[in-house]
Amino acid sequence: MSDTPLFELHQVSKSYEGRTVLAVEALDIRRGEILGIVGPSGAGKSTLLRLLNFLEPPDGGILKYRGHALQPGAVPLELRREVTTVFQRSALLSTTVRRNVEYGLRLRGERDSRAAIEKVLDRLGLTALAHASARTLSGGEAQRVALARAIVLHPTVLLLDEPTANLDPYNVGLIETVVAELNHEQECTVVLVTHNVFQAHRLAHRVALLLGGNIVEIADTPTFFESPCDPRTSAFVKGEMVY
Amino acid sequence: MEVVWAGLIEGLRMLFSGDAYLWEIIGLSARVSGAALLISALLGIPLGALLGLTHFPGRRVVQALVYTGMGFPPVVIGLAVYLLLSRNGILGPLNWPWIPQLFTVSAMVLAQVIIAIPLVIGYTMAAVSDVDPNLRLQLRALGATRRQATWTVLQEARQGVIVALVGGLGSIISEVGAVMMVGGNIEHATRVLTTAIMLETRRGNFDFAIGLALVLLGLAFLTNLTVAQFQRKGQ
Repeated sequence: MSDTPLFELHQVSKSYEGRTVLAVEALDIRRGEILGIVGPSGAGKSTLLRLLNFLEPPDGGILKYRGHALQPGAVPLELRREVTTVFQRSALLSTTVRRNVEYGLRLRGERDSRAAIEKVLDRLGLTALAHASARTLSGGEAQRVALARAIVLHPTVLLLDEPTANLDPYNVGLIETVVAELNHEQECTVVLVTHNVFQAHRLAHRVALLLGGNIVEIADTPTFFESPCDPRTSAFVKGEMVY
Repeated sequence: MEVVWAGLIEGLRMLFSGDAYLWEIIGLSARVSGAALLISALLGIPLGALLGLTHFPGRRVVQALVYTGMGFPPVVIGLAVYLLLSRNGILGPLNWPWIPQLFTVSAMVLAQVIIAIPLVIGYTMAAVSDVDPNLRLQLRALGATRRQATWTVLQEARQGVIVALVGGLGSIISEVGAVMMVGGNIEHATRVLTTAIMLETRRGNFDFAIGLALVLLGLAFLTNLTVAQFQRKGQ
């Protein structure tokens, strides 16, 4: 992990129908880190991920990626394709597992990808399901396919939006292991949005608490959990309701 | 009853013996409805996808207009096209080469396009609207351009899109009012299955009418069978 920021956000805001859902004063996301973002429902976590994946432009402020201040709606395709997201709902195509995994590669015109696909399927325990229809998968299997089709692209940044919500411990463990390995082996920067503070504790190098669209506190993981500065962080990690 | 059986046997004989006149009518019907369906598909599928996937002011009004068009009586469309193309109409006096003339195949195709296109748009719109809205966001997150994402959503909605095309074909191949008004049922020129059935029945040529009716029934059966197959696969 390096201290060089990959993303730099200054005064970034986003509103829907006149209601501000995100107002980030300042946030740097470092190259090669796993940044956990925790917070209650409606805190703006998913909105932040959509901005980081350039799926929506911010209404105000500056969003820099790799030092480039990006103009809303004019992000070059090659930069956009360095970042990908795994959402809470896997949203698979109604085809086979294999075709789902190779979808992003086909978009990029990569034809010679057989070995990469086999490797990713094996890594996520999906080899036996390669020719199964995505419609027949369990929730855990579907989410592993969603992760497989993201990591086969070798993203510079992997955004995870509650990737293990409602999954059984086996699938949670497998997904967490693959994410940690990906970060360690390929220096893939990971932003993990989760309600699960224990998961953030297990995986993240740094953790941020998002409340009402604002970042209340961001610190390295031991500090965040053991000696937070903000009383709301302290309350949140103890499982108390904070708004 | 005897007339029906005799007509049925004679109709089948004409059909399988390759009766030139009968097959000419079948061929023209296929050409007119095939061209109308192709044009409706080329215009209607993108428009249906646009209405199903995008949000803009007045979208609901446009959707309401499409649904109204889906239930429009073909004979009224025939009347509108007739008035549009006739010499005393709006477009007829202009004599522009690309405007079809009345009592031609082109005029019949135009009428059938107007009948089929709201169905193709409406069914396509419903099909793409049914695709998980999170899928499009996920496709964009995987690096799809807007065009690639739209194409993938259309592929996901393919069963509904095929139903739209089959529904459009069903509405025009069996339609009689509009093609009679704008085509005129001219022998060797604009006579199609439905208008020929009407004419031969009036003449008392039941064998010929039954032969044509068998073809039309066969096409309607195939159309519905195709829809049923796709609906079964979609479940």
